[in-house]
Amino acid sequence: MVDVITLKKEALKTRMELLKMIKEAGTGHTGSSLSNTDILTALYYGVLKVDPANPKWKERDRYVQSKGHAVESLWVTLANKGFFPKEELKTFSKFGSRLIGHPNNKVPGVEMNTGSLGHGLSISVGMALAAKLDNKSYRVFTLMGDGELAEGSIWEAAMAAAQYKLDNLIGIIDRNHLQITGKTEDVMNTEPLDEKWKSFGWAVVQVDGHNLVELVNVLNNTPIVTNKPTMVIAHTVKGKGVSIAENQTGWHHHVPTDEEFEMALNELMMKLEGRK
Amino acid sequence: MNQIALKPVSKNKIPNRKVMNDTLLELAKKDRNILVLTSDSRGSASLLPFAKELPDQLIEVGIAEQNIVGIASGLAVSGKKPFVASPACFLSSRSIEQIKVDVAYSGANVKLIGISGGVSYGALGMSHHSLQDIATTRSIPNLHVMLPADRHETKKMITALVHYDTPVYMRIGRNPVEDCYVSSDYEFKIGQAVTMVEGKDMTIIATGETVRIALDTAIALQNDGIHCRVLNMHTIKPLDEDAIIKAAEETGKIITIEEHSIYGGLGSAVAEVITQHCPVPLKIVGVPDEPAITGNSQEVFNYYGLNTKNISKLAKQMIGY
Repeated sequence: MVDVITLKKEALKTRMELLKMIKEAGTGHTGSSLSNTDILTALYYGVLKVDPANPKWKERDRYVQSKGHAVESLWVTLANKGFFPKEELKTFSKFGSRLIGHPNNKVPGVEMNTGSLGHGLSISVGMALAAKLDNKSYRVFTLMGDGELAEGSIWEAAMAAAQYKLDNLIGIIDRNHLQITGKTEDVMNTEPLDEKWKSFGWAVVQVDGHNLVELVNVLNNTPIVTNKPTMVIAHTVKGKGVSIAENQTGWHHHVPTDEEFEMALNELMMKLEGRK
Repeated sequence: MNQIALKPVSKNKIPNRKVMNDTLLELAKKDRNILVLTSDSRGSASLLPFAKELPDQLIEVGIAEQNIVGIASGLAVSGKKPFVASPACFLSSRSIEQIKVDVAYSGANVKLIGISGGVSYGALGMSHHSLQDIATTRSIPNLHVMLPADRHETKKMITALVHYDTPVYMRIGRNPVEDCYVSSDYEFKIGQAVTMVEGKDMTIIATGETVRIALDTAIALQNDGIHCRVLNMHTIKPLDEDAIIKAAEETGKIITIEEHSIYGGLGSAVAEVITQHCPVPLKIVGVPDEPAITGNSQEVFNYYGLNTKNISKLAKQMIGY
């Protein structure tokens, strides 16, 4: 049973740590990582069957982060779960580090190298297909951005997942309505999202992407429909948790100034201590 | 040496893609982890017998070359041995990013078989030609590149690939080819060029289905008293640099032949080696920097001088005959 207080605290700590990491490195996708922090917390603390001591365990659930750029929250989460020493977070983006600005499978816990958008779902189809062929019960989770949905390869994968009835495949869309240029609807409209996925043969469920209990429950109760892949549209706020960053296009990969950094950490600390 | 078919044996002409089917079928019957993926290409890949006998080991992805490579990489990191059989023109262009990132960078052990390579599709035009594939694939780290010469080498190569732990792009042609070997009873080693004919006057280095042209040229030149070495460079990467340097040192002149653009292919690879280790005169024979002329592959070969007559003439010019 997942303790909601613990989950919330972990998510807040992850936000603080990723901000420190980005500030230290002088680079990072701040808004994007704050957007998916709760999704990652739900996955790693309440959903995924993984073993940090045995990251290549054959029966493990697979997590593929197709929106590779939002990697800071992933690095912090993997370190906190014990996949690699927390000390290593200080090396993020520095010369020779394996903690680069995108998922890197030289790091324990990372399945595949991503970064070029639109690749993760095809890879996950392959993983889910392998599980079916081998009669294995592991599930495959893929996190995509909403801007990423303009990539045509995603829809190739969407068709294949339905064709092969991959109900062990769960897609998650980090639906924050923003991408690097501005509003997703202005850059390239992907609505109506739920109908698009349904018409491609997927079961679709919409959740509050910052409600940890809802996320854990929905992700654990998949497949929603037998023989269909599941798409979880997680409604999120880019920059979530840091007021000055929330819903701000400019924070996609903005590194906070000293003043912003202090404000952000104070805000998160107050939340952590229950003062806000 | 006695396994080399110095003279072509026309009655045995067979397309390499058919041998690919037979070899994969034989191997996959013994290993259910071997999977073949097609992009609506099972017919053009001659894989209908495979599809009929082992339907559960053939994954149809539809006309979606990006997706086929992504899916194959997911299968590979989950313990499967995927062979992607898709037209070389699409596989090496449309899905090059999936090859670079999902396969090579992630280290997914996928075997990419580009079928109907080079100008196999003849008059279908540049969209269907793959004359850039060696250049693009050999520049990707952690991706090896191979082209078999005939049916015997195709069988040897595919058999070797099942146990080879590096991702590979392998290109084969669509049309029947003459044998270069008399049987499959010889030692094949990835990354090791085969000296098909010994010679001291000069060297012809060929790859894939142009090896037969090199052999025929060497035989023709022997009648004029010219002894030309022939190297079958079936592996473009990792390249057998020692064999190239040895040829440069011992024979002093090199001609390369390839069904590929003169930019970035075998000729370029050989030039990169000899200019740094043993500079000798080099002629690169391939398709010039233009959309290939309309015609069947034999007509296209003849037009660009990919034939015995032209290469014999070039060889004689080089040695001042």
